[in-house]
Amino acid sequence: MEIRFLSCAVFVCSAAYFTFAQADTAPGDVEINAISIDKPLTDVAGDPANGKKIFINRKQGNCLACHANSDMKDQLFHGEVGPSLDGAGTRWQEDHLRTILVNAKAVFGDQTVMPGFYSLEVGADVRKDLIGKTILQAQDIEDLVAYLSTLK
Amino acid sequence: MHFTNNKTLFTLIGIALCVTASATPVDEVLVIDEELEMTTRVQAVEGHPISEIYSGWHYRTPETRALEADSFANPGMLGVEQGEEIWHTVEGSEGKSCASCHDDAAVSMKGVGANYPKWDEKTQRPKNIEAQINSCRVENMGAEPYKFDKGGQKPLTAYIKNQSLGMPVELDLSEGEMQSWWEKGKETYYLRTGQLNLSCASCHEQNHGKHIRADHLSQGNVNGFPTYRLKQNKLISLHNRFRGCIRDTRAEFPDAFSDVLMGLEVYTTWRGTGLSVETPAVRQ
Ligand code: HEC
Ligand code: HEC
Repeated sequence: MEIRFLSCAVFVCSAAYFTFAQADTAPGDVEINAISIDKPLTDVAGDPANGKKIFINRKQGNCLACHANSDMKDQLFHGEVGPSLDGAGTRWQEDHLRTILVNAKAVFGDQTVMPGFYSLEVGADVRKDLIGKTILQAQDIEDLVAYLSTLK
Repeated sequence: MHFTNNKTLFTLIGIALCVTASATPVDEVLVIDEELEMTTRVQAVEGHPISEIYSGWHYRTPETRALEADSFANPGMLGVEQGEEIWHTVEGSEGKSCASCHDDAAVSMKGVGANYPKWDEKTQRPKNIEAQINSCRVENMGAEPYKFDKGGQKPLTAYIKNQSLGMPVELDLSEGEMQSWWEKGKETYYLRTGQLNLSCASCHEQNHGKHIRADHLSQGNVNGFPTYRLKQNKLISLHNRFRGCIRDTRAEFPDAFSDVLMGLEVYTTWRGTGLSVETPAVRQ
């Protein structure tokens, strides 16, 4: 399957470029190689503890809405829309996890319902105040990658 | 820039991992006041992507289901009673109430709510119950049309639909241009919207029966509207629900009764063909 994701994202992104911290890779500049993004999106190593918070937080990742995760049994209501993430750190390498988070479509195909968390390839009629913005920031993605890697 | 990926392998891994616990619609029968057996599951009409259609009732908790089975306990019935009062209330310059023209709603409105939206020759678009109420108010009563969700709109709609309680939903798509509105509605149903990039189908077709956090996803059928929502403690209109679901994808949502949402009402009503009218259904 071919995905023309980068070219259109770069186009959309030029306008939004300055809203992203200088050192971070902007959404449109992320290089996806097959299903790998081997270059971290920021210069700061991912913080797994913060990644865990983002995973739970409904205003951030809200990953728990769709994924069960035994590492957070204290949280009520784990979703079932996606697979359980138990053992995700064994099944996936970091560079692949990064791609899943940046734009799940690049890994699972266009039909996936998992949102692209650092992608400007979004749906129609995006809420006005969110136009040109990604769901998460570059550092959030790195923190989540670090966290998911601990799920062995 | 183009690149290729090894999608099949990972899709297979994804599918293998997907076989986790998945809650399904409960296997129960809805009987209202121990006498009226409702059709809450039915073989889908031809061309429907899902083979068996379930009312949202099957996805709710035992407590919520019990509320709907008992019309004294159903808090939505207060709205229906309010609607009955409005039915008999004179308003507008012509000195008329709904009852002046239609008499006993139990007779004149029986079956009406099961077959709406209908094609409206005059406006050349489909009209739902809310639109019919407004045109009666303006043309026959000399009263102001209700604004969306305001005045008596929700209770009166609930009262009229409640006269068809238990009757099967069925649309006549051969009237006027209903078919093209159905097509428009179908496009909207599959359109991915918002920053989260989800369509109605992402949740209600691909994932019904599963939990999304605390919510048990139903097939998103519309046979119970206006429904009583326990979370909000009031009757919720269909277009309000549509807008809420679209807003949850982090998208701008269309106006109530706009062409987009009227098309969606035609299409989603068709998807629930054969289900009993449940108004006022009780939902979380
Ligand atoms: C709206 C639903 C939804 C949300 C929200 C969501 N995901 Fe997913 N995710 C899925 C689905 C569905 C799949 C399976 C891929 C497929 O079949 O399309 C998946 C797959 C995955 C996988 C690979 C699963 C495996 O073990 O092989 C990972 C890792 C993942 N998601 C992480 C996350 C994280 C982290 C977040 C939050 C930042 C998140 N997801 C938010 C629906 C979602
Ligand atoms: C992100 C997930 C999601 C999306 C996208 C979504 N919905 Fe929903 N919808 C829900 C949830 C959760 C509920 C409440 C539980 C239920 O009944 O499924 C709900 C409820 C409904 C109901 C009430 C069902 C009942 O039995 O009372 C209708 C109708 C509905 N949705 C229609 C739609 C339509 C039409 C769209 C697209 C415009 C849509 N939804 C998009 C999550 C979603």
